[in-house]
Amino acid sequence: MASAARELTPREASAHPAPEAIVVRFAGDSGDGMQLTGGQFTLSTALAGNDLATFPDFPAEIRAPQGTTFGVSAFQINFGSTAIETAGDEPDVLIAMNPAALKTNAPALKPGGLIIADEGEFTPRNLAKAGYADGVNPLHDGSLAKWQVIAFNISQLTMDAVKPFGLGNKEALRCKNMWTLGLALWMFDRPREPIVDWLKGKFAKAPELAEANIAALNAGHAYGETAEIGGPMKQHHIDPAPAEPGLYRTVTGAESISFGLVAGAQLAGLPMFFGGYPITPASAILHHLSRLKEFGVTTFQAEDEIAAIASAIGASYAGSLGVTSSSGPGVALKGEAMGLAIMTELPLVIVNSQRGGPSTGLPTKTEQSDLYQAVYGRNGDAPMPVIAARSPADAFDCAIEACRLATQFMTPVMLLTDGYIANAAEPWKVPDMSGYEPFPVQFKTDPPAEGEVLKPYARDEKLARPWIKPGTPGLLHRIGGIEKQVDTGHIDYAPANHQRMTDIRKEKVDGIANHIPDQQVELGNATGKLVIVGWGSTFGPIHQAVRRARRKGLDVSHVHIRHIWPLPKNLGDLLRGYEKIIVPEMNTGQLKTVLRDQYLVDAQPLNKVSGQPFRIAEIEAAIEAALA
Amino acid sequence: MNEMTTIKTSPKDWETDQEVRWCPGCGDYAILKAVQRTMPELGVRPENTVFVSGIGCSSRFPYYMETYGFHTIHGRAPAIATGVKLANPELDVWIITGDGDALSIGGNHTMHILRRNLDCQILLFNNEIYGLTKGQYSPTSRVGTRSPSTPFGSVDRPATPCAFALGSGARFVARGIDTHKNLPAVLKAAHAHKGASFVEIYQNCIVYNDDVFAPFTEKKAAPESQIWVEHGAPVLFAGGTKGLALDHQNLRLHVVDVVDGDWQGAGVIVHDETNRGLAQMLIDYAPGEGGPVVLGVIYNHPRPTFDRAVVDQNEAAAKGKKPDLQALISKGQTWQVTKEPHAL
Repeated sequence: MASAARELTPREASAHPAPEAIVVRFAGDSGDGMQLTGGQFTLSTALAGNDLATFPDFPAEIRAPQGTTFGVSAFQINFGSTAIETAGDEPDVLIAMNPAALKTNAPALKPGGLIIADEGEFTPRNLAKAGYADGVNPLHDGSLAKWQVIAFNISQLTMDAVKPFGLGNKEALRCKNMWTLGLALWMFDRPREPIVDWLKGKFAKAPELAEANIAALNAGHAYGETAEIGGPMKQHHIDPAPAEPGLYRTVTGAESISFGLVAGAQLAGLPMFFGGYPITPASAILHHLSRLKEFGVTTFQAEDEIAAIASAIGASYAGSLGVTSSSGPGVALKGEAMGLAIMTELPLVIVNSQRGGPSTGLPTKTEQSDLYQAVYGRNGDAPMPVIAARSPADAFDCAIEACRLATQFMTPVMLLTDGYIANAAEPWKVPDMSGYEPFPVQFKTDPPAEGEVLKPYARDEKLARPWIKPGTPGLLHRIGGIEKQVDTGHIDYAPANHQRMTDIRKEKVDGIANHIPDQQVELGNATGKLVIVGWGSTFGPIHQAVRRARRKGLDVSHVHIRHIWPLPKNLGDLLRGYEKIIVPEMNTGQLKTVLRDQYLVDAQPLNKVSGQPFRIAEIEAAIEAALA
Repeated sequence: MNEMTTIKTSPKDWETDQEVRWCPGCGDYAILKAVQRTMPELGVRPENTVFVSGIGCSSRFPYYMETYGFHTIHGRAPAIATGVKLANPELDVWIITGDGDALSIGGNHTMHILRRNLDCQILLFNNEIYGLTKGQYSPTSRVGTRSPSTPFGSVDRPATPCAFALGSGARFVARGIDTHKNLPAVLKAAHAHKGASFVEIYQNCIVYNDDVFAPFTEKKAAPESQIWVEHGAPVLFAGGTKGLALDHQNLRLHVVDVVDGDWQGAGVIVHDETNRGLAQMLIDYAPGEGGPVVLGVIYNHPRPTFDRAVVDQNEAAAKGKKPDLQALISKGQTWQVTKEPHAL
């Protein structure tokens, strides 16, 4: 374990004034192991005490044709000695493992930024595959003049380094990513030990591969240390970021949601049943939970999305906390079953890891375009609470909150996250579980008194009905998707009864607003000229943009909504306290529409649907334009 | 099925106070009676019994059983039932479905519950028509069925429910008739089988497809057209004067005459309910509209159930591990921040 509270070494103390934050982007072919390289670099960065945010950006194809632009896989990390909330607008350093990676990633690089390229891959064949004209090599034709370029033959250097281990050409070249990682570790003064330990564990069954990879890692590190490249290739030291004392770890959204669901089930005192069907980018939640059986978690890989949610509803009916998860297209398939859970008033948590849509859309890219689907996307008047996580770490608390609402109000709850949150890693201060208030479930077990009839749809003060498990003597009853009589739950098509039941279902969900926290202002004043209202994973760029604008003296605040439905009670009044409202969203304006509808306020959209997160600068520009 | 002590109930104990709302004369009434008559014989507790259904006429069934009941959505009863059973394997789960519910909109779930072998009873009421939506042809309707959606006759070939079940890996496949006295015995056998028990029940829809099964269900025709198989007994019908024999050359069943009870001499086969190949031949045996049709427990060859396997794996994987959430979230690559490192 590294401590962030160490003394600076003399060398560190005498170094150039250190930058506050640096953005590094690793880009290569999808077979080059860039996600792995990025993940390990993230780990060593976290251990060095920097705050960080990452952005894995990979193609939908498992193995797109080698060397092509659409097969490029990239991993971006922003790390620094101050609070980091986005993966960074423009990389300072681009590590390009082939011509296609250079071609697709260089345009985003900061002017004056550094490109490190594997010259060994810039062969005529690979240049052609990347779409460069015959005879053109960007490393030599001056087209990269606005950046600093260092090119050397990483492929050959790797081959040389792993020669003693007798690997074939192909296997030897697979160590390239570790060579590159070694160089990056040197550049940013990161320890190699955690990576060495990790390699030993990963290749425990093939020690020669572990040794070869370690040799490549060391060779890359040594290359930085000894090769006299000079110029832009220098060592940077990024100080640790100040952080509250405590135990930290890195966490992805998929991990923290899984942990949060387990925590939620524990706080409710229930076993958890998770029904899932593989879909990008939601599958990781199924993978994580399937390993946690000692927590009373049963996972079920169903035959399709519908069976996944239906089995979860069946499990909730039988007394477990039913959970299902998917991404937009799968959530669409679950729509009818959500209606059943609403009608039968059973607890259920549905996690939607949003991706670019419609239809199959952009499976591996991020978007926030399922808000309408979450709030409105079912037949009939089918109100359902919706919660949105803002970051990988926040997803833990949101998952607990979803479990709380589901069990306390006997309702399905949608938890929105997205591809970015699911895959990105960030440091997480491990919470103390004793600080969470339990919300134990009380099943109904007492039979009706003599002469009374059983009322499975009687209501408590929150309008929640009792939860009765099959197996309970004296409480036999039937439920279903057909409209039910108030109280008894018997089939009842009477006009007045349907009106009443529809009203009750709405009142129940609306009433949740009385049991959630008031909306806070994240940054800035509670009234003023401009408020930026966000939800979900746009938190980072909005927060940074508002912070920068406020430093320039602009009157702007940041409001970030977790409870999308029902909205916090005070939100309308809060929004009316600002002259202007801008709602940045990675969709064409969905929360904007909800806010206009609910509060008749002039919320203005700021939209981006490129599959990439917002840049801070994009939101900053909108703030400046609005206050100009 | 649970292993709890058996209790005494009467058919009346299994009736609800709800008014039964099927059309007068519907075959569903007879099936309901048969089930309510069977339950006391099983010695099971109403509170441990759950009836799960999808959508369709048959799926109203749970409202009329004094047990726990869940009337779900079209085709999804097997998926809901899977969640119920995995969440509480002690519950005795019955699925009530129809030809459209189980084989059209819910075909996928039917296939998977059978291949997984979830311990439950699946009663498929086959009336070869969509009743609740007013008479469209169904996936089991015969070619040429005229219906509101096929005014010139249907052109697609029907599915054979028991063949579908066997092909999906079912370990218990049986057939019954709504009004036949043998139905309770078939239901009892289905309940006794640990695993997914698939029972196709020919059910007459008096409004939209009346008498479609009459050629083999009518009393007069029954002896010649119904072959009730029984494990270990020769496959005889028509009062023992006819039987099924194996045509070895063509590997198929054919009817032979039995003279003076000498079924061995006639080459009549003995039913072995654990023989899958024989089960396939018995299911497929359909010489014509008037039968004969093979009925009873056609295949019964148990193997470990899905719910048991899930529970066993959950227990094995959890063995020796403490459910310590604080430890879980504190695992992995962690670091300790002891104090604010420096002011900015």
